[in-house]
Amino acid sequence: MSVVARRYEHRGLPRHALDSGQSLLVIFAGLLLIASVAQTAVVGVRDVRAAVAFGALIAFGELLRLNLPGDREAAPIATAGALAYALLLRVGDIPARHSPQQVIAVAAIGMMIGALPHLAVGRPAGLSAMAARVLAVACVAVLFRPLAAALVIGSRWWSELPAMLTLVVLAWLVEAVIAALIRTDVLRARFGVALLDELRVQLPVGTAVGASALLIAFAAEVMGLAAVAVFAAPLLVTQVALRRYTGIRATYLQTVRALARVTEIGGYVETGHSARVSRLAVAVGRELGMPEPALLELEYAALMHDIGQLSLRDPIPGGATVLVTREEQRRIAEYGAEVIQQARVLDTVADIVRRQSDPCRPADRSQEPPLSSRIIRAANAFDDLVGSSVEPSRAAAAVQRLRLDTASEYDPQVVEALSRLVSRRSLFGP
Amino acid sequence: MSRLSRVAWLYIGAVMAVAAVVIARGPFAGIQWQAVAVLGLLLIACESSATLLDTRGLAWSANSIASLAAVILVGPVGAAIVGCCTLLGVRRGPSPPQRLFNTGMFALSAYLAGRAFLLFGGRVGTPQPSSFPAIIAPFAGAAAVHVIVNFSLLRGVLRLTREPGVPPGRIGLDLKLLLTDLGYGAFGVLIAALWSVLGPFTPVLVLIPVFVARWAVAQFAAQQRAYEATVSALCQAVETKDFYTRGHSERVSRGSVMIAKEIGMRAERVEAIRYAGMLHDVGKLGVPTSVLQKSGALTDDEYAAIQLHPMRGLDIVREIGFLDEALAGIMHHHERIDGTGYPMGLAGDEIPEFARVLGVADAFDAMTSDRSYRGARPVCEAIAELRKWAGTQFDPAFVDAFITAIERDGWKGPEGAPRGTGQAVAGDCLTSGEGLVANGANGMAAASGKVPGGLDDPTGPLPAVGSL
Repeated sequence: MSVVARRYEHRGLPRHALDSGQSLLVIFAGLLLIASVAQTAVVGVRDVRAAVAFGALIAFGELLRLNLPGDREAAPIATAGALAYALLLRVGDIPARHSPQQVIAVAAIGMMIGALPHLAVGRPAGLSAMAARVLAVACVAVLFRPLAAALVIGSRWWSELPAMLTLVVLAWLVEAVIAALIRTDVLRARFGVALLDELRVQLPVGTAVGASALLIAFAAEVMGLAAVAVFAAPLLVTQVALRRYTGIRATYLQTVRALARVTEIGGYVETGHSARVSRLAVAVGRELGMPEPALLELEYAALMHDIGQLSLRDPIPGGATVLVTREEQRRIAEYGAEVIQQARVLDTVADIVRRQSDPCRPADRSQEPPLSSRIIRAANAFDDLVGSSVEPSRAAAAVQRLRLDTASEYDPQVVEALSRLVSRRSLFGP
Repeated sequence: MSRLSRVAWLYIGAVMAVAAVVIARGPFAGIQWQAVAVLGLLLIACESSATLLDTRGLAWSANSIASLAAVILVGPVGAAIVGCCTLLGVRRGPSPPQRLFNTGMFALSAYLAGRAFLLFGGRVGTPQPSSFPAIIAPFAGAAAVHVIVNFSLLRGVLRLTREPGVPPGRIGLDLKLLLTDLGYGAFGVLIAALWSVLGPFTPVLVLIPVFVARWAVAQFAAQQRAYEATVSALCQAVETKDFYTRGHSERVSRGSVMIAKEIGMRAERVEAIRYAGMLHDVGKLGVPTSVLQKSGALTDDEYAAIQLHPMRGLDIVREIGFLDEALAGIMHHHERIDGTGYPMGLAGDEIPEFARVLGVADAFDAMTSDRSYRGARPVCEAIAELRKWAGTQFDPAFVDAFITAIERDGWKGPEGAPRGTGQAVAGDCLTSGEGLVANGANGMAAASGKVPGGLDDPTGPLPAVGSL
């Protein structure tokens, strides 16, 4: 991988270093934790057994973190445990009278204990995701604990449930907003788009977590603290299913990334070309505000955009499709689309690949290729011109050349986004 | 399950009769009918959202949640009645006999689980705070009995109705599924526990996490299918470079899986070898087309270029999160037991197990399909060839396993080859020719113009049966 490639990679979520926005979040959560622990220490811990039981569940859940699609960290069991503790009304017959500060302290300490083994094996601590979870739980605790003191006397589920449901939804929204803010900050995505992505990805998990939290809170009234133990099993099943799902999703992407390189091994394109084009295309797509599912399709299409070259008996010199006739380009694109279509599940991707050689400004506006195709066309041409070179002047010259062709060949909007990315990159350096 | 044997009908009838008898015997006194109705609805909801496990109609549903909640709330007879609601499930899959069997099976499993619950000291009725945690042990016993009865009855019916040629070992009931079922069963105790607080509203709240889990399972299955289809599409793209290898990866993958299952590999490793088989020749992309399609003897340089392909393949697939074994298999699938293979010249047990399996399947498919330098050979000739070179080129244990599997399940060779002749020939040479479903070997072997010293010719300068 060249230096340029690594610079593109920099646009992914940094796993160790924290951005300013993220460190602010972590510091805020840390201060909240210190204040809560101090307050709880002064007042004294109420019902130590419940605190320990829920703390243990939270730690266990944190141990079993999950990576949701799009490199999002989640800890469903930990969140459900913490929310349940915040929403707890009674343990058996005894009203639960713990303070919101105690909820925050138990949740944060539980999460930190659960994160220790991750640190021990050298995985990232995931501080900002943990901070987001703590803040979501804190919101619920601060709003619900005073209510709980009023509700416990002689009420039934139809009075408790609506308030609890609202708060669970609130927790889900808070976590999504924080996560979207982080992504906006790190990936330079648009906030609105990022928030919708976040809500969509978190919806199934969030629903399961919310319902499970309500279940534990109510079950503790009947089962006492055994609810915490009995409950862990079913949510574990959900988690196992989710983990398998996200696992195969990750393998899928890895495989397409790896197999897209067959054109490189076969000598059809320059080494690293598909990877560079796909990173650049995704960055441009994000710059243009594309939502995540579309970005994923764009990434697949960009990785495989040259697969059609396998139909050529002899490789094009240097693999630069920008240098061959439009007829040839179209034939390659058509063949590539055929290959992808055989997978039967990537029809949109096949269409993107097929239309990549179409001119972006056809006389008939309805014939305009999809945005993803236009992005790949520009990103591909840019990489054919620049290659693995790291010189800013060469990149600038390439952008200039693409700009000259915006009348017919390239989409001006795409070229402008590309130009912004390139200038930003040369400003910040590797 | 289109046509059932008499034994199968008897079996289904017996299951249903026993279920009917235990319900009819009662007692019905003291059953909360409201709970039976709500749990019945829950069971119908679970049954209606069953996930298909395989193509032959085996499905899994979370019915045990409702049945096991009923065990606590309404006792064995009530639970059996709840189990009967399986009949009303809204899904397109099961045929009437399947539906009847499922109903009897779930009623009976629920009844026996209820009996077990009482036997282990559980008390029927809405649990009170004082019932916990004492209720957990009898409940766990009941859940275990439920899943065991369920799986045993199912295994029985699958054994009686399976199509000939499908070995009993392939019935998709594995330990993972059993544990999943037990995990879902734990929801049963939650429903029962919440009954005194939330009443009939309980199932609604409980269903949400269940359906999310189901959603994730369905997504997983969809992704897996997408994944497999994509890998296979990309492999086909690679194969277009060499006309003669069309479908080769697919078949080597199938053959390797046959061997892997025959020798009892774990499911996870079988999966890995399936992908290894599909991708084993991906490195051929790095070999010039002219060399791959050459019909005469190869020069030393050309041969060296070909020998590079396992390493090139490894370069491509290295970044995929496969088992390391699959990578080793791809890299070493041209090693030979006697140590004269490439790229490393490993011998005997030094060769990774996956590579030895792939080597057998690869050579076999190469022999039974057309090549630029010769026609396809019949299956029986290829089998004889495998036997002949077992111990020098191939691992004898895997050759035996492969032959056993082919004799039982048949072999589906390349498309377009006339089947009749090949099958007849194969039938002659196999000790037990029956069960040979199809094979693609055609009669071309008799007229096959062999290139002297061709790569598949064991007497050639570099003896190698099979493909490049």
